Amino acid sequence: MIMMRGIVHKYKRANIDTDVIIPGPYLKIHDHQELAKHAMEGLDPQFSAKVGQGDFLVTGSNFGCGSSREHAPIALSYAGIKAILAPSFARIFYRNAVDGGYLLPIEIEESTVDKISDKDEVEIDIKHNRIVNLTINESYSMKPFPELIAKIVEAGGLMNYKI
Amino acid sequence: MTITEKILARASSKPTVVPGDVIFTRIDKVMMHDVSGPGVIKVFNEWEKKGKTLERIWDPNRVWVTEDHFVPAADIVSAQNIITLSNWTKKFGIKKHFKYGMGQYGICHTLSHEEALVLPGEVYVGGDSHTNTTGALGAFAAGLGHTDIAYILMNGQIWFKVPETMMFKLMGKKPDYVMAKDIILKIIGDVGTDGANYKTMQFSGSAIKQLGMDERLTLTNMTTEAGAKNGIIEPDAITDAYLRKRTDTQYFPVLGDIDAEFSETHTYEIDKLEPIVAKPFSPGNVSAARELQGVEIDKAYIGSCTGAKLQDLRLAANVLKGKKVKIRTEVLPAAQSIFMEAMREGLLNVFLEAGAVIGPPTCGACCGAHMGVLGKNEICVSTTNRNFPGRMGHVESQTYLASPIVVAASALTGKITDPRDVAN
Repeated sequence: MIMMRGIVHKYKRANIDTDVIIPGPYLKIHDHQELAKHAMEGLDPQFSAKVGQGDFLVTGSNFGCGSSREHAPIALSYAGIKAILAPSFARIFYRNAVDGGYLLPIEIEESTVDKISDKDEVEIDIKHNRIVNLTINESYSMKPFPELIAKIVEAGGLMNYKI
Repeated sequence: MTITEKILARASSKPTVVPGDVIFTRIDKVMMHDVSGPGVIKVFNEWEKKGKTLERIWDPNRVWVTEDHFVPAADIVSAQNIITLSNWTKKFGIKKHFKYGMGQYGICHTLSHEEALVLPGEVYVGGDSHTNTTGALGAFAAGLGHTDIAYILMNGQIWFKVPETMMFKLMGKKPDYVMAKDIILKIIGDVGTDGANYKTMQFSGSAIKQLGMDERLTLTNMTTEAGAKNGIIEPDAITDAYLRKRTDTQYFPVLGDIDAEFSETHTYEIDKLEPIVAKPFSPGNVSAARELQGVEIDKAYIGSCTGAKLQDLRLAANVLKGKKVKIRTEVLPAAQSIFMEAMREGLLNVFLEAGAVIGPPTCGACCGAHMGVLGKNEICVSTTNRNFPGRMGHVESQTYLASPIVVAASALTGKITDPRDVAN
C-alpha cells in the first residue's frame, strides 16, 4: 500500500454526492460485485466499463457528501478505484473508505486537481506523501494521513486494527 | 468546553478534550436499519471468511433496529433483507427490533425521539447520515457506515476526532408562516453544503426556546446537509417535558460551560425570515419561496424524518383544510404512533378530503427507494432533506425542498407557493 500506480479518471466538479455515486434504489443490494456495476451511474453511466483495477479518481472538493451508505466506497473500490484525490471529503465517506479498507481518500491542493488530467498515469507514494504524474513528469504534495488513520490504513481497515 | 466536547470527554474518561483530539469514545446507543443492518451483517460475513467468529455482540440492550427504507417490503430483494435482519437480531438477542406491521415502527430517526431511545448526555451513533437528528435531545448523535457500526457491535467504542463547534444563535420571534425548515435551509444556503464539514452545529438563542421538539429536530436533522458531524441543542424544560411523556428512565444532562469556545458564531433574526425553498440540485441552492412562485410542479410529497413528524402534519393539514389539491400529493407519516395521533386529531380526514393519498411510515421516495418515486422530468416539492440528482427517482427529475406548510400551499396551486399567498 506504500506505493500505488494507476490511471486517473477525472471528474472536476465539487460535491459529488452519494446519490450519484450509487443511487438509492441499489441500497438494497449488498453484493459488492453487483454494486460495482452501478458505480457513479448517476454521473457517468459508462464509468464501470472504463475503469480498470487499481485506477484513481481525481475530483473536486467535498467528495462523497450526502448519505452514510457504505455502498459508495464499496462500489468504487470493486469497480477498480483504489484511491481518490480531492481537496476534501465528506466525513462519513472518508471514514467508510478508511475504516472499511476499500480505498484511500487522499487530500490534495485545489491547484493540484487542475494540474492532473483525465487518463494521466500517476504514482502515489504514501510513505513520502508525494504524488508523481508520470505522464507529464510533475510531482505534487499530498496531505499526510493523521496518525490513527495511517495505522488503520496499514492494518487494512478498522476490523483488523488493534487499539 | 461546549456540550459536545463535554459529552465526548465524559464518554472517553478524559477530564477535557479540545477540537482536533482523536479519541476512542464509549457508545451508549446504536441504531441500524434495513439498509445499514444487512450492510453490517455483510461486514461480519466477510470478516468471518478470515476464520474469525462473532459469538456475541457487545451489548444487545444498547442496540435497536428499524425497518424503514424499503418497507413494506418493496420487492423480493427488500423482503430477503428484512428476513436476514430479523434472523440476525434474533440470533444476537436484540429485543428492540421495530418491525413493520407489528405495532410501533417507523423511520429510525423518528423512533429515536418518539420512543425516547436516546437521552440527553448520551453518545448515540446510527447507520444513517441523518442520525444527527437526535442531537435535538441534547445527545451527541452522529451517522456512521457499516464497518464502524460492526466495530461498535463488537467493541462498544469507536474513534472520533473532536469537532469544532459552530454556534448558531436564533433570535427573535418566529412568524407563523416560518418553520424550522426555513431556518435551516437559510443557514445551509449561507454556510454551504460543506460549510460545517467535520464540525458540530449547535443552536441556541431566544427563538430556540419557542420551538417545540418537533421543530428543533428539523434543525438538527438537516445539519447533515451542511456536512456536520453532529447537530446539538442543549437540553432544557422543553426537552425534559418531551422525554417525561415517553420514559421514566433517569438521565444525566450535560450543558456547555459558560466560557465554551466556538469556532464561529452566526446570529439570525428569525422574525425577519421568509419561507425558503432549496432548488435542485442542492440543499444549499436556496431562494425565497416568493421568488419561485411561477415554478410549476407535478407533485407534493409530505414525508420523511425531516417533514412528517406530528407538528409537520398538523401545520400541513391546517393549510389544506377544506381545500382541494391541484397536483398529486402524498402524505407518509414518519412513524406508526404519529399516524395514529394524526388519525385521532382528524388530520388524515383533512388530507384525504383534500385529495391526497396517504402512505405507510417509510423513508419511501425520500431516498428514491419506492412509494412515489419520480419519473423523468417530474418536478416535486418535498418536505424531505436532500435533492441531489436522482435522489427521489429518475436522475433527470427535480426536487424542491421546503417546509410542510410551503409544500401544502404549493399542493393547492400546483406552483411553488408562499403560504401567505393562500391564507384564508
